[in-house]
Amino acid sequence: MTKRSLDRSAILALTLAMTTALPAFADKASGTLNVAFTKELENVDSYFNSSREGVVLQRAVWDGLIYRDPETNEYVGNLAESWEWIDDTTLEFKLREGVTFHNGEAFNADDVVYTVNFVAKEENGVKTQRNVNWMESAEKIDDYTVRIKLKAKFPAAIEFLSGPVSMYPNEYYAEAGPSGMGLKPVGTGPYKVVDVVPGQHFVLEANENYHDSPKGQPEIEKIDIRTIPDVNTQMAELFSGSLDLIWQVPADQAEKLGEMGQFTVANESTMRVGYLQMDSAGRSGDTPFTDPLVRKAVNHAINRQELVDALLQGSSKVVYTPCFPSQFGCIQDVTEYEYDPEKAKELLAEAGYPDGFSTEFYAYRDRQYAEAIASYLNAVGIDTDFKMLQYSALRELNMDGEVPLSFQTWGSYSINDASAMVSQFFKHGSLDSTRDEEVLEWLNVADSSTDPDERIEYYTKAIQKIADEAFWAPMFTYNTNYVFSQDVSYTPTPDEVLRFVDMSWN
Amino acid sequence: MLPFILKRLGLALLVAFTVSFISFSLLFLSGDPAAALAGETASGEDIEAIRRIYGFDRPMLVQYGDWLFSALRGDFGESYYFKLPVAGLIAERLQVTMTLGVCGILFALFTAVPLGVVAAIRPNSLVDRVALFLSVAGQAMPSFWFGLILIVVFAIQLGLLPPSGAATWRHFIMPTIVLGYYAMPAIMRLTRAGMLDVLGSDYIRTARAKGAGETRVLFKHALRNAIIPVVSLAAVQMGFMLGGSIVVESVFALHGAGYLAWESIARNDLPTVQALILVFSMFYIVFTFLADVLNSWLDPRMRSA
Repeated sequence: MTKRSLDRSAILALTLAMTTALPAFADKASGTLNVAFTKELENVDSYFNSSREGVVLQRAVWDGLIYRDPETNEYVGNLAESWEWIDDTTLEFKLREGVTFHNGEAFNADDVVYTVNFVAKEENGVKTQRNVNWMESAEKIDDYTVRIKLKAKFPAAIEFLSGPVSMYPNEYYAEAGPSGMGLKPVGTGPYKVVDVVPGQHFVLEANENYHDSPKGQPEIEKIDIRTIPDVNTQMAELFSGSLDLIWQVPADQAEKLGEMGQFTVANESTMRVGYLQMDSAGRSGDTPFTDPLVRKAVNHAINRQELVDALLQGSSKVVYTPCFPSQFGCIQDVTEYEYDPEKAKELLAEAGYPDGFSTEFYAYRDRQYAEAIASYLNAVGIDTDFKMLQYSALRELNMDGEVPLSFQTWGSYSINDASAMVSQFFKHGSLDSTRDEEVLEWLNVADSSTDPDERIEYYTKAIQKIADEAFWAPMFTYNTNYVFSQDVSYTPTPDEVLRFVDMSWN
Repeated sequence: MLPFILKRLGLALLVAFTVSFISFSLLFLSGDPAAALAGETASGEDIEAIRRIYGFDRPMLVQYGDWLFSALRGDFGESYYFKLPVAGLIAERLQVTMTLGVCGILFALFTAVPLGVVAAIRPNSLVDRVALFLSVAGQAMPSFWFGLILIVVFAIQLGLLPPSGAATWRHFIMPTIVLGYYAMPAIMRLTRAGMLDVLGSDYIRTARAKGAGETRVLFKHALRNAIIPVVSLAAVQMGFMLGGSIVVESVFALHGAGYLAWESIARNDLPTVQALILVFSMFYIVFTFLADVLNSWLDPRMRSA
């Protein structure tokens, strides 16, 4: 019944399929690209979902004021033509003229003001508050000039405005609200939504009037997205030609699909980082993890490279930082703990645990990674009482401070700034199991300074201390496999956002 | 017959009420809905605020009473996950599940009962052996596996059927076979056993002795008696199919109520889970009730039970 037991059958099913598989044919002739989602998306309104699928649709249907080129990481204007900081907490934008929403509504300052004021208001319940809660309000200067007021200094504002913050049509949104927007989305983006069956089916059509955006013009006329929860079924659809593109394909299956020669298999890293969180603050009671020697022992006990080579594969990398290397401020010059089980045992003995100890060990995804980690820990004498929980259940335990050791992951919502990860977990929030005063102070400076050099300086301090003290044991970055028909031309980007606008037929 | 029906109906309602109360209490104990609702970045205060707004801080009995009163008026609240009315969500998903369940049970009955009868007429014959093999295989093979095999053969290799989805009737052929096949063996074995039992009884010998044709003996005299336990079993199987077609719905990407229930549990979407439990238990109850009525019509002795 579990996904995993389903997955195990895949290899055999695939082998069967390979024996007489028909050549795949895409719907190139009809101009429709068929894509599969794995998870049921809760709401297409991008402010009211928190899943990868939602981000994919958001980038296709809506635009932000700014755009970050995924290749160069350079910021360029999208709905805004230019912007400047008026003071530390005020950004002024000159808006692009002549842009219209999919329903014909013209885009101007009123839309920006309405959108910002709506999402910044906590009562309106935007799902991912940290995407928007740094904004205070917006103010119209004239039809094509607008100012966004920040609550406090927030240098990552540009990154957020080029990512999760998209502009909505004021008149339509006032009337339709989040549920209406979810069922009949209206944006300015390269694709307009023509059909939504909540959670199951989404049909997009190229926006012929798309403005001269840095995203480029859509080439594929129609995108048909169906939610197919089972990876094996997705592959069957791909074989039979009724799907043209799937992603998040497990490594072993992607490899086999690649060997068949009928599909393009592309592997790209994602921003997701896997790590071990240790209760260094001692919130879960009397735990060995309050001792830095024990935390260092854990760091030395695990063969990260072997995990990457054997399990994650692809473009995954070993990391020693509590953030993704491409993120602004995520310096890589930190203490690295090489794999050395003997040293781990010595450190444990030094800490007063010559025979090791036993601890509860939690995880919520990737059971095979967690089990591999547990066996490394067992090998140096740390006995693990392994518990696999649902994400929400583990989070609850974490917030209550009842988790001594857990394998966790964080995807930073694809935000290319260290604040999206380090500051999420080390600023004494309910998920912070470290609660270090110095780290908090430094992160406060780094998160609010508008001077990039100062930000780097303070992130460096914080990240280096986290590594020196071994508060966490960062493990590896994730990757994902994209498998598509050879009729499709697409180069995935390292932020795991599927960009339909960058796809074309061969 | 009427007092019997009324008595059964009263009992059925009592069961429905008990099931909904027990499931509500279990959900109440299973986790903090406020924390789940608040989302990933919520602070302790956010969660407390949500707890107050949604009324999770009230005593359980009050919350249950509130829920029951709304549910009786057809208002199951709003899904925490989809932010859409639960009633509409379930109604939409039930169409798929009902279609699948009805097709599945019909497929099972129309293949299993004839096979069972034939197997009973010629016990230990080739037909009986084949039927036995089919039933053992059906019980032993996990349905996701059988589903994938069908997809590989019929959708990929032969290209006859669409692999997944619910767009046309052709999409339902493979899921129906998989779901029905799982229910088939039990129905077939029970038909066979019942028929064997009945065919050896005195009144069948009498019927044959008075010169009744073999067809008449088999269908009028024997099958009518042998089928009684099968009716009860089919009712239970039907309830199982509606609530338990999760795997089949997942493999064939059908987005029915079973899959919705499974996912809603993982998402802590309590209003949806609670409403689905009620709907599923109502199915069991209605089908068992119908089976009781049908059985008492087939066998008047059961009316006194």
